[in-house]
Amino acid sequence: MITVAGAGVAGLACAYELARAGAQVTVFEASAATGDAAASWWAGGMLAPWCEGETADPEVVRLGTGAIDWWAGITPVTRRGTLVLTPPRDRSELDRFARRTQRHQWLNGAEIAQLEPALQGRFQRGLFFRDEAHLNPRRALADLAAAARASGVEIRYGTPAPDRVDVDCRGMAAELTGLRAVRGEMAVIDAPGVEITRTLRLLHPRIPLYLVPRGNGRFMIGATMVESAARHPVTLRSMLELLGAAFALHPALAEASVIETGVGLRPAFADNLPRLTRVGATYHLNGLYRHGFLLAPALAGQLARTMSKETVDEDPGQC
Amino acid sequence: MDLYGTELSSRLLLGSAQYPSPAHLVDAISASGCQIVTVSLRRETASGTGAGFWDLLRETGVRILPNTAGCHTAAEAVTTARMAREIFATDWIKLEVIGHSDTLQPDVFGLVEAARTLSDEGFQVFPYTTDDLIVGERLLDAGCDVLMPWGAPIGSAQGLRNPDALRSMRAHFPGVPLIVDAGIGRPSDAAMAMELGFDAVLLNTAVARAGDPVGMARAMALAVQAGRAGFEADPIERRDMAVPSTPVLGLAEL
Repeated sequence: MITVAGAGVAGLACAYELARAGAQVTVFEASAATGDAAASWWAGGMLAPWCEGETADPEVVRLGTGAIDWWAGITPVTRRGTLVLTPPRDRSELDRFARRTQRHQWLNGAEIAQLEPALQGRFQRGLFFRDEAHLNPRRALADLAAAARASGVEIRYGTPAPDRVDVDCRGMAAELTGLRAVRGEMAVIDAPGVEITRTLRLLHPRIPLYLVPRGNGRFMIGATMVESAARHPVTLRSMLELLGAAFALHPALAEASVIETGVGLRPAFADNLPRLTRVGATYHLNGLYRHGFLLAPALAGQLARTMSKETVDEDPGQC
Repeated sequence: MDLYGTELSSRLLLGSAQYPSPAHLVDAISASGCQIVTVSLRRETASGTGAGFWDLLRETGVRILPNTAGCHTAAEAVTTARMAREIFATDWIKLEVIGHSDTLQPDVFGLVEAARTLSDEGFQVFPYTTDDLIVGERLLDAGCDVLMPWGAPIGSAQGLRNPDALRSMRAHFPGVPLIVDAGIGRPSDAAMAMELGFDAVLLNTAVARAGDPVGMARAMALAVQAGRAGFEADPIERRDMAVPSTPVLGLAEL
């Protein structure tokens, strides 16, 4: 039997992949349910490897490419691409973004309006990442837990992991050397009057913003990046900046209701790249940073392959 | 270069924000040989819990210059400076009092006031100021030994918007360490500041947001060295007319 600590996106993905590889898996989650203690609870749910390539290592793009199909087998995935926009005076930001990313096309104002009629007349230039997608992270976590259970995984909520587990995916709680927290603040708004159907990214030199549709007129707006492990609620300044930037996307959003704000701590290593490491007899999958939903599938697959090879070889080695 | 009694060999100061990852920052520091890094107390260490980031920075061995970025009043900047002294155990403070949120230009009145308060409390103040000579004089009166005029608005990458004013400043304050802070976009901007006789250059965005931050950090360090070496080598003056570089007398008789 394989024991997994943590039922966030990394732990559940690992359990699912290990079970599919034929293992008997038990997941321990200290919380009563997968919820606000997990960084993935606060995620945007963008499956946007090419946009992330603007600042992320090419390895993130490579590992993230298969995520859309993987998730589509588990939960509803909206494949409508990402539209990247900028206020008129920050147009050069769009050129920079285009230079540093791949798999996009330039759109003019009419083409933008064709994709999202609500944006008619608001933006004259944009970048479209046709192959990207998004999902609803909380729905996806529930669906992934269900899929894992259907594959025979036992998930014990409200049960802290035993001292020794085979796989540790507890994010910050794992207290790994070199792991730090990058605080992220977000809001969910209810804007029934605004029809936007795909992820929008607003480039801004101070407050880059994304808006992800959650269906039924709801949108997730995120997210700040603060080098801090503080869990206190969202600050006024962050909220002001996020909501102000959303207002720049569409003035009609001013009438939206803010129905939720939240703060998550992204576990990250110094290079902001994930690590699958082995400490003693325990595998650690951690440091997924802002790429939990994007990278968990590939890394869980790597873990399952490593561990099944190990049962054959009886030679653990390093991975 | 001597700043408040500290002898430094590098004339490039780096900011620590906006890098793709802390690892990029650490690599940029080592690639540039930079010895002073500014850090924002306000943003990064809310509650002093951003420990992972500071551990990394501390391991590089650089000298930390805390700043009061984001403060809009003298009182706010003074409070932030006092907190920074506790957290970073240094009397150095890069003093920013922002007067306008769009241009981020200094509120020079609040700046002088905060500089006086902090100097009286034993701080060694590095004021982020404009290129105004009288403000510079007031800052020196307030106890500052270093002046840091802007080249252009923070993060704007416009380079030195008013080289004549900077040249006047250099001439007006001989012997005072002058550091161009803000506005640098490219290595040529940094080289130009050094050729004008400035003692050092402080920049952040130009490196952190470059496609290859480590490569740009190296380029900036080379530019700063080249500019300084050029200044010390006493450049020739500009002329309106050509001066042949080969002798015109004694041509070969064919």
